[in-house]
Amino acid sequence: MTFSFEILLLILLLVTAAGAILVKDLMSAILLLGSYSFFLALVWAWLGAVDVAFVEAVVGAGLATVLFLLTLFGTAPKDSRLRRPPPPIAALFALPLLGVLLLYAANDLPKFGDPTSPASTHISPAYLERSYQDTQTPNVVTSVLMDYRSLDTMVETVVIFTAGIACALLLRRQAS
Amino acid sequence: MTTFFLFVLVVLVILIGAYLYRVLQGPTIFDRVLGLNGISTKAIIVLVLMGTVFERVDMFVDIATGYALLNLMGALAVAKYLEQKGLP
Repeated sequence: MTFSFEILLLILLLVTAAGAILVKDLMSAILLLGSYSFFLALVWAWLGAVDVAFVEAVVGAGLATVLFLLTLFGTAPKDSRLRRPPPPIAALFALPLLGVLLLYAANDLPKFGDPTSPASTHISPAYLERSYQDTQTPNVVTSVLMDYRSLDTMVETVVIFTAGIACALLLRRQAS
Repeated sequence: MTTFFLFVLVVLVILIGAYLYRVLQGPTIFDRVLGLNGISTKAIIVLVLMGTVFERVDMFVDIATGYALLNLMGALAVAKYLEQKGLP
């Protein structure tokens, strides 16, 4: 039963992704991308990554739609390349081959939720045991983000801040 | 009880498929917007139901609320775009 529900979600994900690429009207592509990231959020939530699902639902389905629409304000609403060139033959053969290779390699990964996988035998217990003594933070996720990987988080914040400034400048010029 | 919730989840996702047909196929932009709004109403229920299946309703209610608020904002943005640019 659980398995079939995952399959349903993945089918919806594939349908929306293909529709967003194939549809000619860019406005419809934006709406389809919004539903695509919502289904992605459902998949994250189903796999137990609630934080990632929250970010995907808020940023992907909410904020990205608005940003894309603001882009459409400044550009044309139609896809001007109505007659797209067909994909090259090499890509048609090489990409499915790559997919098969990746699926074959994924066989060696530990099963989902496996308690004996390396990640859950070495890293997770160490964080759970030591994080409170090391950082005095009751929330483990916060201590990992803000203490163990604080440099990472800082540079990420710099990237997002720069993107925000760029968006603000572009939108201001468009308004005047 | 979990089986019941799972059954409801599957039925809701199949219903989302019906809305998705309208979003993909819809001849006018309003069909697509309405289909997307219908998907989002199902989406909120699906998220809360997932929370009951995992027995972590409190976190999933947060996601559902955030999604509902931002989806309203998306619909407003679409309406404002159509108002300023006219129908495509």
